[in-house]
Amino acid sequence: MSNVNVEEPKSLFIAPVSKPAPGSVGKTGTWRHEKPVINEEKCVKCLLCWLYCPEDTILRREDDMVYVDYDYCKGCGICAKVCPVNAIDMVPEG
Amino acid sequence: MPVKLRDFPRTHFNMPGNAACPGCPETMGLRYVKMALGDKAVLVIPAGCSSVIQGISPKSGINFPILNIVFAAAASAAAGMKAGFEMLGRDDVQVVVWAGDGGTADIGLQAMSGAAERGDDIIYICVDNEAYMNTGIQRSGATPYGAWTTTTWTGKKEHKKNVPFIMIAHDVPYVATASVGYPQDFIEKLRKAATVKGFKYIHLHAPCPVGWRFDPGLTPEIAQLAVKTGMWPLFEYHNGKLKISSFSRLYRVKEKRVPLKEYLKLQGRFRHLKDSDVKILEEYIDRLWAWLDLLEKAPNPSGTARDLLGK
Ligand SMILES: Cc1ncc(C[n+]2csc(CCOP(=O)(O)OP(=O)(O)O)c2C)c(N)n1
Ligand code: SF4
Ligand code: SF4
Ligand code: SF4
Repeated sequence: MSNVNVEEPKSLFIAPVSKPAPGSVGKTGTWRHEKPVINEEKCVKCLLCWLYCPEDTILRREDDMVYVDYDYCKGCGICAKVCPVNAIDMVPEG
Repeated sequence: MPVKLRDFPRTHFNMPGNAACPGCPETMGLRYVKMALGDKAVLVIPAGCSSVIQGISPKSGINFPILNIVFAAAASAAAGMKAGFEMLGRDDVQVVVWAGDGGTADIGLQAMSGAAERGDDIIYICVDNEAYMNTGIQRSGATPYGAWTTTTWTGKKEHKKNVPFIMIAHDVPYVATASVGYPQDFIEKLRKAATVKGFKYIHLHAPCPVGWRFDPGLTPEIAQLAVKTGMWPLFEYHNGKLKISSFSRLYRVKEKRVPLKEYLKLQGRFRHLKDSDVKILEEYIDRLWAWLDLLEKAPNPSGTARDLLGK
């Protein structure tokens, strides 16, 4: 999605170039001890959880209802703590 | 221009599945840089957590083109890169340094000072987690008084080096402080910096759960408490005028500040502090605000001294 083109050098140099992609160290969801569970009834779509999630694992549907990308969510608990209406519970992983 | 969350596209601003610890303030900050500057920015990153956060080749966990570079050369590499883009006619590209507090307050200071003095057209962001985290929590010039680190295991004996003030003294057109606890304020400051020509410096306060010893869910709250206790004032210095930012204005008045202990008690790195240490930190806060007061009242004409050159 980047506009600034990083082209691999064609001659003289061989430089290692990595491209932005999810999972650069694998499925970090396996790091979790607790998982965030969103209560859609309570959610007021303020998007604060989406704003503060460090991992970019709070995603927004078309209507701005939020959901969690459990493949990569590391279970830090920030989303639950910043939610103004306590719509997110941290539930121990089974 | 206020930042409206709904207006942001539904895309990844940072790549999930990267190597950052849970609750990492650097990944938070990188998301806000992407939200503010979009696809027109290129990062220059000296050694630090953000070098590692990128993960393992051929994937990168940070959603920018990045030049990884040695500590001492971040600002000079960025200056050279900016000159290169200009020669290619790509004036639209924002070259941004993203460096830790060790890489800024200590190791990269001379290169940054040189770039500021030359007026190189770059944005330099110091992401300040108040220690050398990537190598295991060693004290830096930006570690505050009293904080435990692995090299100050009875608490640091010196105060935090004030890099924003050092940059104001360089008379650059734009200097600001920001915090991961106030993303909208940081995004607005980045957008403003992107419109200013010359050297721009933004110092981003970034509480680190690993190095500061707190629950990773508390990163935003601790960042906000640093502002509310007056320990980390948010301000902007633009064209010779200092302005306290809206989220900090209330805390100009000492009595309105949240008691410092509320901030300290959540962090393991301050667990050993005595009341006399807390007093030393409170005096530091008072001095900091006295300086800001002086700068705010300084009768500078609008603009910087360098604006007068060649006129
Ligand atoms: C010249 C040099 N000295 C030491 C190192 C080892 N080193 C790598 S990262 C790092 C810590 C950087 O700390 P900081 O700039 O505060 O960034 P953070 O890791 O906290 O994000 C150090 C000392 C190095 N890479 N190069
Ligand atoms: S627990 Fe942390 S990583 Fe997971 S969605 Fe919430 S804020 Fe994001
Ligand atoms: S913070 Fe809470 S209320 Fe706001 S969008 Fe997230 S879950 Fe919904
Ligand atoms: S040590 Fe701190 S700053 Fe470094 S990756 Fe971990 S949480 Fe982020």
